Amino acid sequence: MPSKYDWPAEGKRSLIGKRISRLDGPDKASGRARYAYDTNRPGGLVAKLLCSPHAHAKITRIDTSEAERAPGVRAVKVMAPAGTEVQWQGFEIAAVAADTEELAQDGVRKIKVEYEILPHLVKEEDVSKAANMIKPSAEETKGNPDSGFSEADAVHEGYYGINTITHCCLESHGQVAEWNGDNCTLYASTQALGRIGGDLAKVLGAEPATANIKPANIRVITEYMGGGFGSKFSIDKWGIVCAQFSKQTGKPVKLMLDRDQELLMAGMRPSDYAKIKLGAKKDGTITAWQHESWSTGGPGGGGAPPIPYVFTEIPNQRKRHIAVSTHTGPARAWRAPNHPQAAALTMCAMDDLAAKLNMNPLDFFIKNLPLTARGDVYKAELLKGAELMDWKTKWHPRGQGGNGYLKRGVGLSLHTWGGRAHDSDCRIVINSDGSVQAQLGSQDLGTGTRTVIGIVAAETLGIPLSGVQVQIGDSNYPPSGASGGSTTVGGVSSSTRRASVKALDKLFEAVAPSLGTTADKLVARDGRIHVEGDPSKSLTWKAACAKLGTKSISEIGRQPARDEGNLNDNGVGGIQMAEVEVDTETGIVSVKKMVAVQDCGLIIDVKTAESQCYGAMIMGVCAALYEERIFDQQTGTMLNADMEFYKLSGIADVGDMVVHMMTGVYDGRGVIGLGEPPAISPPAAISNAVANAIGVRVPTIPLTPDKVLAALEKGGRA
Amino acid sequence: MSKIDSDSHGKNKQPGKKGFSRRSFLGGLGIGGGAVATLPTGLLVESQAAAAPAMGPGPIPVALRINGKVHNLNIEPRVTLLDALRNHLDMTGAKKVCDRATCGACTVIVAGRPVYSCSMLAVEAQGKDIQTIEGLAPSGKLHPVSAAFVENDAQQCGFCTPGFVMAVKAFVDRHPNPTMDQVKKGLGGNLCRCGTYIGVRQAALDAARQMKGGKNA
Ligand code: FES
Ligand code: FES
Repeated sequence: MPSKYDWPAEGKRSLIGKRISRLDGPDKASGRARYAYDTNRPGGLVAKLLCSPHAHAKITRIDTSEAERAPGVRAVKVMAPAGTEVQWQGFEIAAVAADTEELAQDGVRKIKVEYEILPHLVKEEDVSKAANMIKPSAEETKGNPDSGFSEADAVHEGYYGINTITHCCLESHGQVAEWNGDNCTLYASTQALGRIGGDLAKVLGAEPATANIKPANIRVITEYMGGGFGSKFSIDKWGIVCAQFSKQTGKPVKLMLDRDQELLMAGMRPSDYAKIKLGAKKDGTITAWQHESWSTGGPGGGGAPPIPYVFTEIPNQRKRHIAVSTHTGPARAWRAPNHPQAAALTMCAMDDLAAKLNMNPLDFFIKNLPLTARGDVYKAELLKGAELMDWKTKWHPRGQGGNGYLKRGVGLSLHTWGGRAHDSDCRIVINSDGSVQAQLGSQDLGTGTRTVIGIVAAETLGIPLSGVQVQIGDSNYPPSGASGGSTTVGGVSSSTRRASVKALDKLFEAVAPSLGTTADKLVARDGRIHVEGDPSKSLTWKAACAKLGTKSISEIGRQPARDEGNLNDNGVGGIQMAEVEVDTETGIVSVKKMVAVQDCGLIIDVKTAESQCYGAMIMGVCAALYEERIFDQQTGTMLNADMEFYKLSGIADVGDMVVHMMTGVYDGRGVIGLGEPPAISPPAAISNAVANAIGVRVPTIPLTPDKVLAALEKGGRA
Repeated sequence: MSKIDSDSHGKNKQPGKKGFSRRSFLGGLGIGGGAVATLPTGLLVESQAAAAPAMGPGPIPVALRINGKVHNLNIEPRVTLLDALRNHLDMTGAKKVCDRATCGACTVIVAGRPVYSCSMLAVEAQGKDIQTIEGLAPSGKLHPVSAAFVENDAQQCGFCTPGFVMAVKAFVDRHPNPTMDQVKKGLGGNLCRCGTYIGVRQAALDAARQMKGGKNA
C-alpha cells in the first residue's frame, strides 16, 4: 500500500539522489568546525594519562606524592591501584590534571610505579607458541564434507591470514568535561552521544560522592568528530576520570589521548588466520569447504570469522576455530566487524582454486553465485565492474603479468552487509518566519549524516536545502541511535521524513482555509504551497508559515514507526576489483586502479555516498599494503605506536578509483546503510591482484615487500 | 611511501638557519624517529647557547605575528607553535594528531613555507609571518582552496582538512600550473584516515586554476 510517508517517486525528487556538497563542508574546510579536541573552556585544565609500559605485569607499588606536589598540578587519580594486573601495554594506570598540557605531562612523569613483570604473549600468528592462551571451539559441520571433497575434481589447500590493525582516528579519543553544580556537559569525540552520558552517570552514581548523578544530569555535545570507525562507542576510563577531575576541581578539564596511547589501547581490528581446504568440480562448482582458523582480539581472544563468506551455501562444510588471547590492547568494532577478514580468507582461497582449475576468476565467481544470498545483484555488479576495469583485456593466467621486473595483475572480491536502520527520533520545527529546524540527537562522523537529514527535510517540505537548519550533535535533542554498523542513514532519513510529513500536514491544515481548500488537496513544491493541479492557488513558503501567527509547528517522527510507509531495508551486495603493479625486485606493490560497484538501495546524496566508497577503498589500501602493529615478543611492546612507522597510505599511494553506485536499480527497497560494505573487499581484491601479477600467493596481509619477496622466492619466481 | 616526500616542498626545512626543530631535538633524546641526530644533540644545544641567551624553563614573553597581527604571549619556551596557537590563542584550525611531524594536520605557513607546527617551537617562529587557516578567509568568504575542497568533497570527518587546505594553499602558490603528478608528490606530507585523497587531488588542481592571476593569494 503506498503511503504518504513513502519516498517520492524518481521523477518527483528535487534533492534526493542528486550530487550535493556536504552542509558542513565550508565549516570544515575553513577550520571553523570545532571538535572535542578544539574545545577550550575558560579556566580549563588539561589532563594526561600514565599508561603501562608493560604488556603483562602486576602493579606492586604506586606513589603519586611527588606528582601531587608538582607545579600546576590540580588533581591526581590512581586508576589501577597496587595489586592490579595490567593486561596490555597502554593500560591506564593514573591520570593528572594540571594548568597546562606541559605541566600535566610533567606531573605524569613524576608518578612512580613498580611492576612485577609477568609472562606475556603479543603475537598470535604462530598458534603453536600460544600455549595456555588458546580456547578452541567445537567443530561445526554441515552436509558431508568428506564426500564433498571426494566429489571434487580439484582440491586446493592453502594458508591465509590478515593481521590486527588499529583504528588510528585522526582525532584521538577524549573529551572535555565541565560541571555546573550537579550538571555536567561533556564535549566528546564519540559515535554514541546518546549513550555515553548514561554510561557515565551509572559509574558516577555508584560512587558515594556523586551518588545523586542521574543520566539526565549529563549532556553530551558532539558538533564534529574526527573519525571513529567503530572505536568510539563507550565512555571509557579516560572519560570517567576526566569528568571526575572536573567535578573535583570545579574547572573544565580536557583529556585527549596522546597518539601512542591512541594506537596502543583505543581500538584494534582482530586478526584471522586459517588453513583452508576447498574443492570444486571441473566446471568450477564448489563442492566442499573446510577450515581451521585462529585469531586474536587482544585479551578476550578473537571470534570465529564468518567463513565461507558470501558463498555461505557451499553444501558441505567443516569448521574449527581457536581464540587466542594476547596481551595487547583490546579489540573494538572496526568498520564492518569481521567482514574484511572473512572476505580476505574466503576470496583468496577461492581465487587460488580458480587458478588451479585454470579458470578466469570472474567466471569462477559467477559460476558459484547460486551459493550466495543475492546472486542476481552480484552478477550485475561483476559484469559492470569487469567493464569498468576492462577485466577482459587486463586479466591473464597467473604469472603472465609481463616479462620485465614489473608485473601487472587484477583481482576481485565480493562482500555483503546488513545496514539496518537504527532507532531514531527527529523533531521538525516550522516557525512562523518560515525557518525550519530538524533536530536529532545524532552525530555526523563525516559520513554526511547532517547533509542527509537536511536533504530529506527540504525535499519533503518542498523548500531549498538552505531553508533547513539541521541541529544535531547534542543529547538534548530527540534521541537517535549510535552511529555504527551503517545504521545511521536509514534511521535518520526515516525519522526525518516522517517528522517532515507530519509537520507539513499541520502547516497544510493551517493554510488550507486561506487557499479556499482542504489540507489533503495541498502540495509543497519549489518553495510554494499550492492546490494540487492548480498552481495558481498558492502561497510562498514564507507567506504560508506566516499564517501560523505566534505559534510554531513541532512534530516528532519515529523510526521504527508503527505507521505505514516503507522507507528502509537491510542487506546489500557489492563487488570490488583491483589492478596492481608489483616490482619483483623490491617487492613493492602499488595499486594502479580500483573499481567499486555498490548497491545500497535508495541513495539520498550521491556525492557523499561516493565519498564513503572512495574512503573505504583508500582505507582498504592502507590495510592491504601498509598497516601493521609490530610487536616485539621479547619485550612485549609495540614498536610502532606512532604514525611514522604505523603506516597509512599517502595521497600518491592510491591509484585511480572508480565508484559505480547501482542507482535506480534497487531504489524501491528504500535507504540502506553504506559505511561498512565498501570497506570489506579491498584487502582481498588487492591480494588476488598480486597473486595474478606474480603467479604466487602472498599468504598474509599486509602485502609488505618482505613478504612479497619471500613468496616469490618460495614459488621459484624470484 | 610518499611520506618520504614530505619535505619535497620544503616543509620544516629552514636552509641556512641555525635554529633547531623540536623534531631533531627529540630525536637526539631518543624519543623521536630513530637514526636522526644522536650525536648532534650536544652540538645543537651548544650552538643554540651561543646564538641566544638562556631562556626558561618558566614562561617567557613570546611575540608571534599571525595573519598580520602581533600576539604577545607569556609561555614556556618548550611550547610548540601548534600548542601556542591551539592552547594559548584559541586558534584551533590546525590540529594535533601525530605531534611528531608525520601527518600534516598541524600545517601552517611560516615565512611562505608550509610547516608542521607541532614540530616548531613557538619561540622559533618569532619574527616570521605566520599564516594559519583562520587567516585564509578573514571576510568570511571561503578561500578558493577551501571552496575547492567543498566542491570536490575532499573531506569526511574533516580533521585532516585544515592542514590539507594549508598544504594545498602553499603548494599552489608555488606551483600555479600543477600536474597531477606534482600534486601527488607535493601533498605527500599530509595523511587522511577517512580516505579523501581522490577529492583532495582534484581540489588542488581546481584551486590552482581558480587562483590564476594571484588575486586571491
Ligand atoms: S600533528 Fe604535526 S605533523 Fe602530525
Ligand atoms: S577527513 Fe577524516 S581524516 Fe581526513
